[in-house]
Amino acid sequence: MRARPPVTDWATDFDHLDPRWVTDPFPIWDEMRTACPIAHTERFQGVYFPSRYADVRAVAYDTDHFSSRRIIVRETPPPPIPAPPITSDPPEHRPARMVLLPAFTPDAIKKLEPRTRALCNELIDKFIARGTADAAVEYAQEIPVRLIAHMLGLPENDGDLYRRWIKMVLEDGITDINAVIQASTEMQQYFMQHVQARQQAPGDDLISYLTTVEFKGQRLTPENVIGSLRLLLIAGIDTTWSGIGSCIWHLAKTPPDRIRLVKEPDLMPLAIEEFLRAYAPVTMAREVKQETTINGCTFKPGRMVLLSFPAANRDPEMFPDADKVVIDRKENRHAAFGLGIHRCIGSNLARLEMTVAVEELLKRIPEFTLDGNVTWSEGTVRGPRKLPIRFA
Amino acid sequence: MADPKRLKIRVDPDKCQGHNRCKAVAPELFVLDDYGNAREAGDGTVPAGMEDKAYLAKSNCPEFAVEIIED
Ligand code: HEM
Ligand code: SF4
Repeated sequence: MRARPPVTDWATDFDHLDPRWVTDPFPIWDEMRTACPIAHTERFQGVYFPSRYADVRAVAYDTDHFSSRRIIVRETPPPPIPAPPITSDPPEHRPARMVLLPAFTPDAIKKLEPRTRALCNELIDKFIARGTADAAVEYAQEIPVRLIAHMLGLPENDGDLYRRWIKMVLEDGITDINAVIQASTEMQQYFMQHVQARQQAPGDDLISYLTTVEFKGQRLTPENVIGSLRLLLIAGIDTTWSGIGSCIWHLAKTPPDRIRLVKEPDLMPLAIEEFLRAYAPVTMAREVKQETTINGCTFKPGRMVLLSFPAANRDPEMFPDADKVVIDRKENRHAAFGLGIHRCIGSNLARLEMTVAVEELLKRIPEFTLDGNVTWSEGTVRGPRKLPIRFA
Repeated sequence: MADPKRLKIRVDPDKCQGHNRCKAVAPELFVLDDYGNAREAGDGTVPAGMEDKAYLAKSNCPEFAVEIIED
């Protein structure tokens, strides 16, 4: 697989799939931030990497020069597969986003809390007697898959299908473009049958909402609806899985924080925000649309920019003790859910899932430790993919 | 603290992107519209005793959309 040579200079030849970057990117980013705050590479047909908060923010806000039509750095750019609003720029972006927002407000998401708690406990029931678990595979992974299925009104057991498509798009697709195309075709067919069924008999789920919602007096076309569903699936699962996994990983290797959260459960909201800051799962990308200069670096059209919210979140200029996880950090303007017009639509849902997942786990299993090797996903979404824990 | 200053908050609607952090840390001081974007509750006056919450909301808004005005 690894046709690319190992990296010798992170400032001018970085590779975000290098095993060192995948396992522990933080020292690399710290070095970049001081040596060369906007690094670049000729790999992947040319990519820039701003590592300071201010520069990440500047790129995220500048939709004139930086386009979202490509948001993943790949070896070969695929034919554009639009997934509004995440792949849209102004002015198309806003209407596509407005359609989805009402389904994701804090009040709308709050209704999912009972199902989320029940779901977490059902999962814990399956492994608690064993005294060990893979918290990434048996717990973190299952929560967003089942909850999104629940929200869309789809069988919770179709999770294996979703995970297959997501892996094809986000991981295999970085080097194998056919995987992306194949996954899109399969999703299209799968969702089409469900959309048609809801058009006949709408229910109280998100697919029904999308098939019946009117925008400027018009319903969405089935293609629009399917595009949104595809996006919600791709955007909502690996991301949250990674967020939950990183929380558990941190608590497994940091007993003082785990003990404190058991004793002071009111700290949970602050702690979750801090985990989101320190282990932000998502790195997006932009395509340079027009030449521009930020912080002395010229961005050339056609090249990509990795928009690393995780690196921005570790910038000591923005966050005192940026490299420390401070679970009661009070001022926390972290960028884990993005900055500017593409702010994550699912942020309230993701926060609910992360909070409930950690709360229920700590209630049932207040003491646990790491129990073997942890592996991490690579590319757009970073989180533990194997997370063995022991609690007997 | 003797007689704290009267504070007023304001959400800049052009900057707010609906992260809902303000609402989470100071639910009494903000209201959300149907799309999850925030506005100051009422005329933005911060009731006595809630000054800390107002500052917390400001310092947790990722878009720097929350302003605090000291009367
Ligand atoms: C911890 C979990 C999550 C993280 C860290 C995360 C992160 C992000 C980030 C950084 C963006 C900005 C993309 C950009 O600037 O190009 C984004 C956008 C988006 N996210 Fe999430 N996300 C998470 C969970 C979810 C969930 C659960 C859903 C929905 C079910 C979701 C749906 C979306 C959508 C639809 C967008 C596009 C918004 C737009 O372009 O206007 N995300 N997410
Ligand atoms: S935290 Fe900031 S961006 Fe988010 S809703 Fe409040 S004012 Fe708007």
